[in-house]
Amino acid sequence: MSSVAAAPAPLKPEWTLPSRGRVGMFCLIAAESAVFTIFVIAYIFYIGKSSSGPQPKDVLELPIFISICLLSSSITIHLAVRALGKAQLGAFALWWVLTLALGSIFLVGTGREWYHLIYEKGLKISTNLFGTTYYSLVGLHAFHVTVGLLAILIVTIFTLMKKVKTEHHEKVEVFSLYWHFVDVVWSIVFTVVYIVGR
Amino acid sequence: MASDTIAINGFAAGDKPIGERLHGWVTTVDHKRLGILYIVYSLFFLVIAGIEATIIRIQLMVPHNHFVSPEVFNRMFTMHGTTMIFFVAMPILFGFGTYLIPLMIGARDMAFPRLNALSFWLTAFGGLLLYFSFVGGNGLYGAGNAPDVGWFAYAPLTSRAFSVGHSTDFWTLALLISGIGSIGTAVNFIATIITMRCPGMTLGKMPLLAWMNLVTAGMVLLAVSPLTAAQVMLCFDRYLGAHFFDTQAGGSAVLWMHFFWIFGHPEVYILILPSFAFASEIIPVFSRKPIFGYPVMVAATVMIGFISMSVWAHHMFSIGMPSYGNTFFTITSMVIAVPTGIKIFNWIGTMWGGKIRFNAPMLFCVAFLFQFLIAGLTGIMLAASPFNWQLTGSYFVVAHFHYVIVGAILFTLFAAFYYWFPKMSGRMYSETLAKWHFWLFVIGFHLTFDFMHIPGLLGMPRRIYTYEPGRGWDIWNLIVTIGTFVQGIAVLIFVVNLLWSVFKGEPAGNDPWDAWTLEWSTTSPPPDYNFATIPTVESRRPLWDLKHPEDPDWKYE
Repeated sequence: MSSVAAAPAPLKPEWTLPSRGRVGMFCLIAAESAVFTIFVIAYIFYIGKSSSGPQPKDVLELPIFISICLLSSSITIHLAVRALGKAQLGAFALWWVLTLALGSIFLVGTGREWYHLIYEKGLKISTNLFGTTYYSLVGLHAFHVTVGLLAILIVTIFTLMKKVKTEHHEKVEVFSLYWHFVDVVWSIVFTVVYIVGR
Repeated sequence: MASDTIAINGFAAGDKPIGERLHGWVTTVDHKRLGILYIVYSLFFLVIAGIEATIIRIQLMVPHNHFVSPEVFNRMFTMHGTTMIFFVAMPILFGFGTYLIPLMIGARDMAFPRLNALSFWLTAFGGLLLYFSFVGGNGLYGAGNAPDVGWFAYAPLTSRAFSVGHSTDFWTLALLISGIGSIGTAVNFIATIITMRCPGMTLGKMPLLAWMNLVTAGMVLLAVSPLTAAQVMLCFDRYLGAHFFDTQAGGSAVLWMHFFWIFGHPEVYILILPSFAFASEIIPVFSRKPIFGYPVMVAATVMIGFISMSVWAHHMFSIGMPSYGNTFFTITSMVIAVPTGIKIFNWIGTMWGGKIRFNAPMLFCVAFLFQFLIAGLTGIMLAASPFNWQLTGSYFVVAHFHYVIVGAILFTLFAAFYYWFPKMSGRMYSETLAKWHFWLFVIGFHLTFDFMHIPGLLGMPRRIYTYEPGRGWDIWNLIVTIGTFVQGIAVLIFVVNLLWSVFKGEPAGNDPWDAWTLEWSTTSPPPDYNFATIPTVESRRPLWDLKHPEDPDWKYE
């Protein structure tokens, strides 16, 4: 004890805490994961239990192209965020618009798939358990993509108005966490719906 | 309460017209005002749901009673349960958390003040939507008005075929919306506690109230979300003709049970952990000792958080699960008694050898200790699946969970009301009236819920609207109903005490209890900015360090 007392008072360590945006986003992602878990469980539980109507193996085709688009949008948004951190506004705009384009391709692809299923294969949400769980799970994911795309669109508009600066780096990064989450969920939905469920 | 808080917040209440003052409350993002809004809103629904409980008890007071029709009786127990859980217990605990957490961790507001306001108004809207069903629930077929499917709304009772009209739609939408509000609050709690603590307040020096609300908020994220998901599925079933819970098309009614109880059981711990938090703050102050075994308390809280996620199917023993399912859920349900028991020993350890002051908050906490123990013991009985098969769906179960919700949660809530009332209003309550409230409520509580176990053991099922005389249930039901009225009188005294004290109570001063946490270092009620300078703490009891510079806590921690 005496040696401690004799030593000069140690400098107080700097008081830093995690960024509230990141913590908030991680909490939201935890809650969303729970929601998706319930829908995925329902999907798995009802695989092969439809008593009538089109079965997955008859009507579903692997959406390879749009999946590649969505998953690569995770890379482009990451590059966009990194460019903004380095104050390369031109590169940020390029990668950001590319993210918007890739996400939109995915959404259009899902829409085309649904159109095909509803009007050509006669599969609706009320047709059978496959329709119920398929449209709910894929639709829930598509809803999250839509919300993400709206946010990306708003940032795109601000980018074109030259309003996005380096100081917005953290906010954009926090949003990119959400977008990565949406992509991870798609890889799970893809596995469950198009591989396991078929 | 309204005018008082505004006045002290420097708004010069007398000068402003009432419209402007109300506008201030509606548009506020201040965590203290939102906390009070949550609490006042919940008290309003507490009275309504209490009236519903009274209607249920009057109907069951004597056999073959005709006080209400069977249909109304179904609506009453559904609305009583739904209201008490979703629009009384959760918002009132969120209200205390919203009010206290920033003050206790030395912050000026929550991490996301506008999200905080949004969460409150979503919850408020959910409650109003539920009660709008009395007016708007008639639907096209003129069938039903308020929801009557029970608070856990088992499928297929909720399907269009068995629940015509819109009453069940109001139920599911109200819970969906308030669930989103709860998730917002939980996000806010966690972000506030993780990122807004004042300098020096490491996680190990945080008040236990903040710790327990942190665990609660984590559980809300993981447990309320499944309910939200299940409500979306139910909406799809009812509006779009989906078949999630439609047994005719191969859907599963049991799946709804799983989804509901995977929310429903953690929910009990979401409600009880904030109550533990109140007890963990109040018992040390009134025993004049620091909390016994702080790290163990934190560890036990986290353990409860984890284990409570794996006990849900003990609500479903009677549906005929495989034997390993029964065994698993019996064991987990019994294991959760271990961390809970640790907590009870720690509270007793805190009181042991202390200079106990029996003011109203402490009285309610002591009663809580006894009653929570008994509630836990009947809980262990019901966790044993063979015993559960005999008594599930009986009044024994009703008595058990009311022992938890009233005997533990409501008692600590009353303790919290009396303990923090001086801080929130700036005035002291009447101790005499509070003692009357306490003793009448204890007597009423035990009359009602002790004796409610007996008709359950004798085989009286829950949710029946009347019963035959001569089954040995009559006298017990009469006693239970008499107890309800004693409790009602006690709550009336409580309300009178609060209303009288808000306007006429003695000024309380900053720190009437000689307490140790940061909220007592600022004025009562606190200014808009909470602290003129952000405090720095060095131990778990920062105010003790201030008051006793010769013997501060940080020397020993």
